[in-house]
Amino acid sequence: MSLLTINNVKTFPKGGIHPADHKLSAGVPIKKLDPPAQVAIPLSQHIGAPATPVVEKREKVKVGQLIAKGNGFVSANIHATISGIVTKVDKVIDSTGYKRDAIIIKAGREGEEWADGIDLSDDLITEITLEREDIIKKIADAGIVGMGGATFPSHVKLSVPKGRTAEYLIINGVECEPYLTADHRLMLEKGAEIIVGARLLMRALGVEKAIIGIEKNKPDAIEKMAELTANEKGITVQPLKVQYPQGGEKQLIKAVLNREVPSGGLPIDVGVVVHNVGTAFAVYEAVQKNKPLVERVVTVTGKDVKNPSNFLVRIGTPVMQLIDAAGGIPEHTGKVVSGGPMMGKALNSLDVPVAKGTSGILLIPNEEAKRGEIKPCIRCTKCVQVCPMGLEPYLLMTLTQKEMYEEVEKEKTMDCIECGSCSFICPSDRPLLDYIRLGKRTVASLIRERNN
Amino acid sequence: MSTQFLTISPSPHIHSGESVNKLMYGVLIALAPALAVSFYVFGLGAVIVTLIAVLSCVFFEYILTKYLLHREPAITDGSAVITGVLLAFNVPSNLPWWIIIIGSLVAIGVGKISFGGLGNNPFNPALVGRVFLLISFPVQMTSWPLPLENAWQLADAATGATPLGLIKEGLSTGKPLSDLMQEVPSYVSLLLGNVGGSVGEVSALALIIGVIYMLWKKIITWHIPVAMLGTAFIFTGGLWLINPEKFADPVFHLLTGGLLLGAFFMATDYVTSPMTTKAMLIFGAGVGFITIVIREFGSYPEGVSFAILIMNGFVPLMNKYIKPKRFGVKKNG
Ligand code: SF4
Ligand code: SF4
Repeated sequence: MSLLTINNVKTFPKGGIHPADHKLSAGVPIKKLDPPAQVAIPLSQHIGAPATPVVEKREKVKVGQLIAKGNGFVSANIHATISGIVTKVDKVIDSTGYKRDAIIIKAGREGEEWADGIDLSDDLITEITLEREDIIKKIADAGIVGMGGATFPSHVKLSVPKGRTAEYLIINGVECEPYLTADHRLMLEKGAEIIVGARLLMRALGVEKAIIGIEKNKPDAIEKMAELTANEKGITVQPLKVQYPQGGEKQLIKAVLNREVPSGGLPIDVGVVVHNVGTAFAVYEAVQKNKPLVERVVTVTGKDVKNPSNFLVRIGTPVMQLIDAAGGIPEHTGKVVSGGPMMGKALNSLDVPVAKGTSGILLIPNEEAKRGEIKPCIRCTKCVQVCPMGLEPYLLMTLTQKEMYEEVEKEKTMDCIECGSCSFICPSDRPLLDYIRLGKRTVASLIRERNN
Repeated sequence: MSTQFLTISPSPHIHSGESVNKLMYGVLIALAPALAVSFYVFGLGAVIVTLIAVLSCVFFEYILTKYLLHREPAITDGSAVITGVLLAFNVPSNLPWWIIIIGSLVAIGVGKISFGGLGNNPFNPALVGRVFLLISFPVQMTSWPLPLENAWQLADAATGATPLGLIKEGLSTGKPLSDLMQEVPSYVSLLLGNVGGSVGEVSALALIIGVIYMLWKKIITWHIPVAMLGTAFIFTGGLWLINPEKFADPVFHLLTGGLLLGAFFMATDYVTSPMTTKAMLIFGAGVGFITIVIREFGSYPEGVSFAILIMNGFVPLMNKYIKPKRFGVKKNG
């Protein structure tokens, strides 16, 4: 790595926190888990309309076969992740905690069978033959969504709206959530593929420049990606300060390009599209290898977890199987989180299937699982200091409690990115973000009403 | 393992470990050097004044929270202890015990509980108590024991004026400032604490150590102290340049009286100072400015307490209209 890249560390200017990073599984190579005997594949693993099943009960399916079709523009295709028999379409509890539709597949006896035309070899294919529209179509066909956890359908992000032009692609390798290491490992082990993926995304967007943003706590990944991009025209690596939420889209764009996505706007408004490294890898597999999104890397971790690991698992695998593979559930586990500790969702069942957006499974011990008792606000201003969006969380909470929604809206509650920094820092253990979410929901419906 | 034992709560799932207790005890640690110096300089008197103030503040906080607010008293949060120490810091070390208790009652009862307790009081409780005493017991509140000499005897300590008092009185009798400056302690004494004055305002150095600790521990930010002292320095510097025979120099002003104590420990009080950095700068500048106006042109030799209370009054307004820079919103529209 050149001196230049080490010294040129950037960050976003306002707010942010420094939680202990606990990257326990950073040194553990990605391990492929055997396909499970049964999967439950949710029809809604993305933002937008749930997919519509295209298979029947008792139908035989192969790995990679389309089993549910994206329903409208903002939606995503879903594929079989093991070969076997569709036993039913049933309601299962997913990571939202609600029972939602999923296709259940039971593995066949005769071993794995993949759909035709999928290249399962490890050969790196760098040559890009497809044109813009075809690349986007392939990505849509493969059912790729934002793999960092946002799960926004990727092909939608690639369709630049009229009147806007994309200038930069930013590849998000920040992984600022404590504990998680899936993206880190992917960069180390599949760096070359990620770069081809970035090239594909660049062509799809029609941009000449791409920047890979990586936090400084992953020096090996920075070095690796810098090495790989040394001779890549237009692709550079940008080391970033370890500061949460560095990986938030708006913060990342501000840090890397010093451009500020306008309030209520999208990255494309400042000529930028951001994709996660996991997404870039999935794009590589979809376009170059014809392989739909059927598996992903999931970090299984926690202070008391016996073997914190990074697993390559089939989507639809029950979370419990991943935990077992990491040494089982530790005694005194108080909470199981899908995703990272700052933005992840607490699970109410361990049968929840891994979905496209599942970046990690975090097991939190009892003593850390409970929140502190809520005390009065002492107006210490810490929440205001840490808010990366320039909001006043203490005020948003109070106004929401008083149901003064007009003021809540005026105070820019809709700009909150739900990073959780405010609740994290509050010395009075005030559930700031809980109330802000409530405020956002209410204001959103008021805005909808007003526009009708 | 049965999953019904799992805790379900929205994100975030980790917490910084910051707590009200930690912050308040941090402030107390920061106050410790000044407290130690004042014990050394003013002896038993200072110890007794501090003890009485702290104990009575905690007592009133407990009683009034329980029987007036009907809440479980949270005295362990340390805020009442801080109020007690700060009240003690702002009075002479030979103040009669019953006056201190009255001061504590006013500080906690009127200054804090009557507004609903910690977090709701617009005015700094210790200063409410102090100003009440200053108005009600002007004689006792302004007879300062001489430092060191009678430190460890209780009765009949000789009293003297504070440096600021000396200057104010001298100037009013027409003496030139250069003569008066001969009578006040050297800057080294001011820095170390060998001067007459309130319990906590004697040693600039001890207060500076305290504030460095608070900044290091991120208990406070630099904005209010810097704005306040910077404004006071520039203002007094300007006056001094215009007429050095009438106005003392800026270093003298910074080192005397309660300016540092006020800037570090009282203007920075969480509850009664503004919420955004912009407003903090304005707030600090306002306190600095008003302090010097009172010192130079008012009838009291010292004005920090009044200045802070006055600016406390503007805080709700500032919080309403001075907003942080919102991400993605252009300055003028
Ligand atoms: S961090 Fe908590 S206590 Fe401090 S101002 Fe915000 S809400 Fe109040
Ligand atoms: S208000 Fe929203 S954006 Fe600001 S710190 Fe809290 S969660 Fe993050």
